[in-house]
Amino acid sequence: MKILVGIKRVVDYNVRIRVLSDGSGVDTDGVKMSVNPFDEIALEEALRIRDAGNAEEVIVVSAGGDECQQQLRTGLAMGADRAIQIQTSADLQPLSTARAFLKIIEREDPGLVLLGKQAIDDDNSQTAQMLAALWDRPQATFASKLELDGQSATVTREVDAGLETIEVDLPAVISVDLRLNEPRFVKLPDIMKAKRKPLDVIPLEELGVAAEGNLEVGHYAPPPQREKGIMVEDAAQLVEELKNRGLI
Amino acid sequence: MSRILIIAEHDGQSLNVSTAKCVTCAQAIGGDIDIAVFGKGIEAIAAEAAALESVASVIAVDAEHLAAPLAANWAAEALALADGYSHLLGPSTTQGKDLMPRIAALLGVNQISDIMAVNTANSFKRPIYAGNAIIDVEVPNGAVVVATVRIASWSAAASSGSGSVDVRAADSEAVAHTRYIGLKSGGGERPDLQSAQRVVAGGRGVGSEENFKIIYSLADKLGAGVGASRAAVDAGYVPNDMQVGQTGKIIAPDLYMAFGISGAIQHVTGIKDAGTIVAVNKDSEAPIFEIADIGLAGDLFTVIPELEKLLA
Ligand SMILES: Cc1cc2nc3c(=O)[nH]c(=O)nc-3n(C[C@H](O)[C@H](O)[C@H](O)COP(=O)(O)OP(=O)(O)OC[C@H]3O[C@@H](n4cnc5c(N)ncnc54)[C@H](O)[C@@H]3O)c2cc1C
Ligand SMILES: Nc1ncnc2c1ncn2[C@@H]1O[C@H](COP(=O)(O)O)[C@@H](O)[C@H]1O
Repeated sequence: MKILVGIKRVVDYNVRIRVLSDGSGVDTDGVKMSVNPFDEIALEEALRIRDAGNAEEVIVVSAGGDECQQQLRTGLAMGADRAIQIQTSADLQPLSTARAFLKIIEREDPGLVLLGKQAIDDDNSQTAQMLAALWDRPQATFASKLELDGQSATVTREVDAGLETIEVDLPAVISVDLRLNEPRFVKLPDIMKAKRKPLDVIPLEELGVAAEGNLEVGHYAPPPQREKGIMVEDAAQLVEELKNRGLI
Repeated sequence: MSRILIIAEHDGQSLNVSTAKCVTCAQAIGGDIDIAVFGKGIEAIAAEAAALESVASVIAVDAEHLAAPLAANWAAEALALADGYSHLLGPSTTQGKDLMPRIAALLGVNQISDIMAVNTANSFKRPIYAGNAIIDVEVPNGAVVVATVRIASWSAAASSGSGSVDVRAADSEAVAHTRYIGLKSGGGERPDLQSAQRVVAGGRGVGSEENFKIIYSLADKLGAGVGASRAAVDAGYVPNDMQVGQTGKIIAPDLYMAFGISGAIQHVTGIKDAGTIVAVNKDSEAPIFEIADIGLAGDLFTVIPELEKLLA
């Protein structure tokens, strides 16, 4: 079985993003870029499945400009066998990303597709669900535990009410949540080795997919600021303040 | 004019309050509002939905295979109803996030996540980058609007309406490839995090599952729900359904009290809509104080017992 893993290049989670003063976007100049944290978790899971003998090959896939090859190389250094860049200069929205992934699925015939539960730039949380719908296969979103059992997988999902368990037949699309595993750190020799692993570049048009039907993104605004608060000295003053504000 | 269909959320017993919040968002869009309720034995839930202010009719699809909220089954059923609607809405709860993109893809449209405000019937405001930027998004002319509604941004519609209820059999068939096994609920009898007026939360600073008792105890004094940071959940102090933040629950209580939480952006995005934020942290430089309305630099293990005494 092959496992396909989605790797999105995003602004690092530690960066405090700033909206440009003309409202045309956010400032990404010289900002640190990383693999979407959920995608590292997805890849870690795929590697563990492979290393336990339940898959033969792990392929990392990213849709984006050539700069996303950096993140694919990180994925290769973590241990993926090969990488595919779906090359496009367009800002893909989830429906187009899912359509492009479906084309890769048709070429590679994976038994499992692991994506992140959300990309932390656009916070969409859609691509896995859309891909499963277009592929007409099961989806298991927000996975915190994954057990493979031959032709099916038992997945524990983090939902608002607690932990839900479902069983899906393979192939399936699974989106991973934070507590599924702790991704490994990349070691220097692995970075060297990753340079020699195959990275295919496929232009988006070659897949017959266009970035169309997009939602038009207009003005960017900073979030409303909260008014500056006060500091109190002790519990008594805190209770006093809460009473004054009618909160207790 | 817009025709809006809301996919109801429920637990098999009663309607989730997030549905009433979707109704308020639908009112802001303007137009006819219907609600679809999928499940088994859902008459009482359908009646609750029909009572929501300005709901015209409730379509209750009663079928065994819709009993559990499996996205593949519910999306197929939603698709069967979608014809003629200009807008399909669900809450941005885990259930809505699981379902709505699947529906959107089947309809061949992009989906809008987390509507916080309505500009026009096809232009909306939504947060990105953990709430650090708010963007306007517009749906292309003629395309169906499929969206999730950020429930912390909307109040619940009142139960003063009198819509009709139409109970139907399912149009879709059960998918064979996905099977529901069960739900293990983490929470107890405390007020639900997403609708509680007061929330008391603990972070890594609480130190252990055992120590979390003092958080519960204070919460019970205040009739509050209990929340936690990711670090507290990861460390196993509390179950996952208590996580507040970018990847947990986004909440908007009147009062939020954070104990031993540093205030990482991913946490803060979940509480920005709270009326009043109180933070107690022994590090006076903790970033949580930048957004707290009332801050107290101190040890939570001294402050909480004192608070309890003062509130007694
Ligand atoms: C992709 C991604 C998504 C994430 N999503 C979320 C999310 O949804 N929600 C979330 O919360 N986090 C999330 N995080 C994690 C987030 O970045 C922080 O790591 C986390 O919020 C820290 O939790 P904390 O404040 O409890 O712990 P810490 O940052 O370790 O802070 C503990 C605080 O407790 C204080 N303290 C210690 N002892 C005491 C005491 N006795 N009395 C008073 N104060 C004390 C310390 O001074 C410190 O400020 C996410 C991270 C990533 C990468
Ligand atoms: N451009 C992309 N390239 C690779 N994977 C992506 C891309 N966009 C989204 N994904 C995958 O889909 C997941 C969810 O993204 P989203 O639906 O945008 O929140 C991410 O965590 C990735 O695994």
